[in-house]
Amino acid sequence: MKVKFSRPKSLNDIETHYCAGCGHGILNILVAKVVDELGIREKTIGVAPVGCAVLAYKYWNFDVSEAAHGRALAVATGIKRCHPDKVVFTYQGDGDLASIGMAETVHAANRGENITCVFVNNACYGMTGGQMAPTTIVGQKTITTPLGREPESGEGWPIRMAELLSGLKGVCFSVRAAVFNPQKVMQTYQYIKKAFINQIEGRGFSLVEVLSPCPAAWRKTPLESMKWIKEEMVKSFPLGVIKSG
Amino acid sequence: MSKVKNNIKLSVFEVRIKEDRCKGCQMCLFYCPGKCLELSSKLNKKGVKFAQYKEKNNCIGCGFCYFICPEGCIEIYQK
Amino acid sequence: MQKINKRKLMSGNEAIAEAGIIAGCKFYAGYPITPQNELIAYMAQNMKKRGGIFIQAESEIAAVNMVLGAAAAGVRAMTSSSSPGISLKQEGISYLAGCELPALIVNVMRAGPGLGDISSSQSDYFQATRGGGHGDYFTPVLAPWSVEEAVNLVMLGFDIADYYRNPVMILADAIIGQMMEPVGSFNKRQFRKKIEPKDWALTGAKGRPPNSIKSLFLQEGVLEQHNKKLKKKWDKIRKNEQRFFIFDTEDADYLVVAYGSQARISLEAVNILRKQGIKAGLFRPISLWPFPIKGLKKIAENVKKVLVVEQSLGQMVEDVRLCLPEKQIYFLGRAGGGVPSSGEIVKYINRKLL
Repeated sequence: MKVKFSRPKSLNDIETHYCAGCGHGILNILVAKVVDELGIREKTIGVAPVGCAVLAYKYWNFDVSEAAHGRALAVATGIKRCHPDKVVFTYQGDGDLASIGMAETVHAANRGENITCVFVNNACYGMTGGQMAPTTIVGQKTITTPLGREPESGEGWPIRMAELLSGLKGVCFSVRAAVFNPQKVMQTYQYIKKAFINQIEGRGFSLVEVLSPCPAAWRKTPLESMKWIKEEMVKSFPLGVIKSG
Repeated sequence: MSKVKNNIKLSVFEVRIKEDRCKGCQMCLFYCPGKCLELSSKLNKKGVKFAQYKEKNNCIGCGFCYFICPEGCIEIYQK
Repeated sequence: MQKINKRKLMSGNEAIAEAGIIAGCKFYAGYPITPQNELIAYMAQNMKKRGGIFIQAESEIAAVNMVLGAAAAGVRAMTSSSSPGISLKQEGISYLAGCELPALIVNVMRAGPGLGDISSSQSDYFQATRGGGHGDYFTPVLAPWSVEEAVNLVMLGFDIADYYRNPVMILADAIIGQMMEPVGSFNKRQFRKKIEPKDWALTGAKGRPPNSIKSLFLQEGVLEQHNKKLKKKWDKIRKNEQRFFIFDTEDADYLVVAYGSQARISLEAVNILRKQGIKAGLFRPISLWPFPIKGLKKIAENVKKVLVVEQSLGQMVEDVRLCLPEKQIYFLGRAGGGVPSSGEIVKYINRKLL
């Protein structure tokens, strides 16, 4: 019997710690698939900072470094500059990339570091139980915005990282994808692949922002979460290629 | 993409699910265009009702279940 | 290891940078702060020319994390800063220690707390020798008292870091950083142990199982095992890496204990006291952690009184008290950029110790 779709080789055959319906699971696999397809497993180095994906080194079958909260792109900069021939990517959440690591993110992008950044936007701090993130949408209830995020009362508006970074010269590719249905997952796969190819071709900084479900912190079922991304989250975070070239 | 055998429509594809890995999120069930998957009646090691491949189905091998599964516990084979 | 052929007049900051490059440092990331700006400038001018990587980072935090990345990649890496910047770097230093990564951190101390002042101080002793960041860890700390010694300690520091897989700190003060002195053939390798190749580094999993660099251990008991492993390493460092310098201690009745630039000033005081017929001696810890307990205990055996002199309100003095519980310990210190002069030390000994 011929295999049509199988588990990527760059993914270890173990169970994940992610909750049922978690977008990280989908994206961990997509990254591994891209690494498989491009045949770069032996020269890929991942950086997974604090957040739910911090244990990704267990799942990926290639070299991975942890990083402190927000520092993934600084760590990746150090690795990539020392090994320019390797493929270095970061896999970060929204608290990490857009809040505590905003400086590292903006400056790595602005230096045009030849790195691929996979940004998992689930509109909350998932690992710590679902607090407000910089990407929490207006009105969204979280542990720390029990009445829903209210910009008028000083809680700010959701930050659109893909748009924000697209304004920097060092960024060659900035895109926002989502994984709310299989078609979108396949499209996200293509974007991640493009972002890796950009790096291999030495084009500079690539960002793939992915709207991803966090059913546990959103207090929703996996299917409700997917629906919520499709119907609510995309209003604040329009999908599509923001910069390419 | 299916062949008829003993009057039962059989798909040329086979979906294999590692049932003990399944966390029961049911996304594969929902997104399967042919509704070839169902929830089991028994529980797996984790204590959840897992997704399973129906005996009779119209699987077209689209891979939707494979792409959406967060656990990566679905593989698709072609006979 | 190559050597600088010509004797050259260099500031401490520049010499530390040059020593780093000679020691094989291939990656430097830093952020401007007085009084270590000459160091980052020297790196900017020389690193790229000589096949290394220089990055002016967006913050001290980013700089130390870039160094963490470079260290994880298996490259000799260093960063430098001064006191307020080192506070920011402590996050990264804790991660370096937790991940068991070798790197060199240079602190050219200035006065604090807060923004303080840009003049010389030794008020980061506690921070440097007690880990500094969160968690159970130690960082070997080396304190030079001259530009030439700073150079040697940078080379030694890299070797200690690589051998034990731990970050090492060079604790210089603004005087050492800013002072210009001739430096020359300083190619002596003081570290004799064999340094193993870095097969743990992230270089791509080609022909080997994947490597991971991590400091998160969530399963019950696993972190404790890791902590115990680290402790074993630190016990080994405690045993093997104590370093000190002594002057006129054989017959000394009064022992002055000081480090860094303050030891240099204290040496002059000892000379003056000797001329006055007072039997004074100098004990200078070179490694502040591990504190040279064995050496100090032995040297201080027959002295009557001990005076600790620091450019702080009393930090190293606590280690001296712990080390010599039987002795009468005196302390002379100035803070906020004040530097106890040799005259002040002589006067203090004459008035209080005699």
